[in-house]
Amino acid sequence: MSQSNQTHASLKIGPLLRDHGGVVALIIILAFNILFTPNFLQLQTLFVNISQVATIAIVAMGMTLVIATGGIDLSVGAVMALAGALAPLIFQSQFGVDYPALGIAAAIVVPLLAAAACGLFNGLMVAVLNVQPIIATLILFISGRGIAQVLTNGNLQTFNNKSFSYLGTGQILGLPFQGWLALAIAVVLFLVITHTIFGRYVLAIGGNERAARLSGGPVAQVKIGVYMICAGLSGIAGLIVVAINSASDAARNGNLMELDAIAAAVVGGALLQGGRAPIFGAILGAVIIQLVKYTLLANGVEDEVALIAKAGIILAAVYVQQARKE
Amino acid sequence: MLNSDAFDLRKYVSRNPQSVAVWIALFALIAFGVLRYDNFGGAYNFSSFLNYNSMFIVISMGMCFVIITGGIDLSVGSVAAFTSVIAAYLSPYGLEVALPLAVLAGAAFGAFNAFCIIALRIPPFIATLATMLGAKGGALVISGASTIAVDWGSNFTRMGMEKAFNLFPWSIVIVAIVGVMLWIILETTSLGRTILAIGGGEDASTLMGLKVNRAKAFVYMVSGGCAGLAGVILASGFGAGQPLEGIAWELSAIASVVVGGTLLTGGLGSIPATVAGALLLGLVFNILNFENGRGTISFSAYWQMVIRGGFLFAVILFQTRMTKGRKAKGAAT
Repeated sequence: MSQSNQTHASLKIGPLLRDHGGVVALIIILAFNILFTPNFLQLQTLFVNISQVATIAIVAMGMTLVIATGGIDLSVGAVMALAGALAPLIFQSQFGVDYPALGIAAAIVVPLLAAAACGLFNGLMVAVLNVQPIIATLILFISGRGIAQVLTNGNLQTFNNKSFSYLGTGQILGLPFQGWLALAIAVVLFLVITHTIFGRYVLAIGGNERAARLSGGPVAQVKIGVYMICAGLSGIAGLIVVAINSASDAARNGNLMELDAIAAAVVGGALLQGGRAPIFGAILGAVIIQLVKYTLLANGVEDEVALIAKAGIILAAVYVQQARKE
Repeated sequence: MLNSDAFDLRKYVSRNPQSVAVWIALFALIAFGVLRYDNFGGAYNFSSFLNYNSMFIVISMGMCFVIITGGIDLSVGSVAAFTSVIAAYLSPYGLEVALPLAVLAGAAFGAFNAFCIIALRIPPFIATLATMLGAKGGALVISGASTIAVDWGSNFTRMGMEKAFNLFPWSIVIVAIVGVMLWIILETTSLGRTILAIGGGEDASTLMGLKVNRAKAFVYMVSGGCAGLAGVILASGFGAGQPLEGIAWELSAIASVVVGGTLLTGGLGSIPATVAGALLLGLVFNILNFENGRGTISFSAYWQMVIRGGFLFAVILFQTRMTKGRKAKGAAT
């Protein structure tokens, strides 16, 4: 990274990386791809990447809110699996077949309610029982996927349902539906953070929880709220993954998503200590994670090596961030 | 310097009510199993139970050290998978080569964790989460994503397949030796006291001049080394290095540690109680298997994950009540 900056001797590399590390990384990855990856500058590439990045971005935004309160949510991937397992069960049930429109509506609403319930569980554990977020969300990290597998008996559920698949394959103005959805969610969350009392408390809790509590803030409710939002967004992401694949695999849906989401949030500028909620940063982070995956895949690097690369990105991002704090 | 009273049973009981509860629950569950199922107390169940759970006992003991300092190690499962592959590759040279080198490989991952946490100041769960990914990727790369058969000609498989004194699997004997060593380190040495002090308050420990960084590096390397040993047991007991094993092992280990009464906030913890916690968790599944066998209930394998999470949940509920009660009495800290 330092080599690309050598020509500008006057530029201070350290502060640049610290304050705009995400943007710098994005430019480097894009430049690399334009130079080395065949057929990178094609509309098809853009389409594929947007349709895949949306789920990471949506979960990462929820994770950003949780991290802003000084928490963490390891259960996002499991919640995705749970929501994704419920949807086909509902629209393929007798009820869903008899009333297709109602079936689709229920197949979206019920999984999201289930996801929100998971968030409520996490929130209660953290805010009321004062269990550390890592441990509290570890419970659903493992059980959530287990419940999804129990529900489906571990089977792959395949389906052919055009209206449900729209979530993952639909297009608006030639670009994937889920990309627009992610953007809409980002705008809403940005407004919530910047313009509502809830948003102010999210940042206040992360900044100084004691002070927020002493000033009479509804700390517990706000914390429960962010875990529910995070889980709800994970539920949406789970539905999108199922819709993209026209199949629900509880063992794989959202697997390791917690890592992608944490990495995206951190790369996007979220502080693990809390107090910052860069929503659009989370999208930037998600785009970087996605592009790294795409770059490795397009250049024939094995999946296993990609895992190691991802580990490196996470460590580098958190390290740079720690340096910023000090 | 055996001046600690940790080995005094009466004081142990009064200080660790939860540990005692775990021991009682453990013996009650064993009694229940022996009375209810024909083969429960049989030699086969006894040794296969110990053999399988020796892996979880050893990673739980390493995890106990880490949690006492207020940290966490999420990489143990992947590290065990990695070292099981290493051990399988080294098995033709015999146990005396494969065992120490695989444990060293595990400790190297622990050293990497420690480096990230201490030198780079990365929070433990992020550092160990990254190592979890890295070790998993590494295990898949060196194994070509397939299981690696061990060499049956050498003495390597004796550890997992044969019994000492015709009674205990060798794996549990080795784990027991490691456990006693760790117990002594924690309860009687200055290193052990430093480890306990860090969990009580890291800044205060630093100000008191304790060698905090050295102790932290030690606990992560112990945890990595324990995971390495679990990997050797895995390869030796099942005849193959298994790069895809180890999923959710960290959860079992954390649950065992918590069940044993170690506070997740650090500063308090005990090796024997952790072992009891690991045995209790294993026994719950053992009994569920027997119930399945009798046909009274029918659990798919997927229930295991749900139950494991539920178990952790129950213990956390129990522990929050305990700590609240202790604080109310003014006996905290």
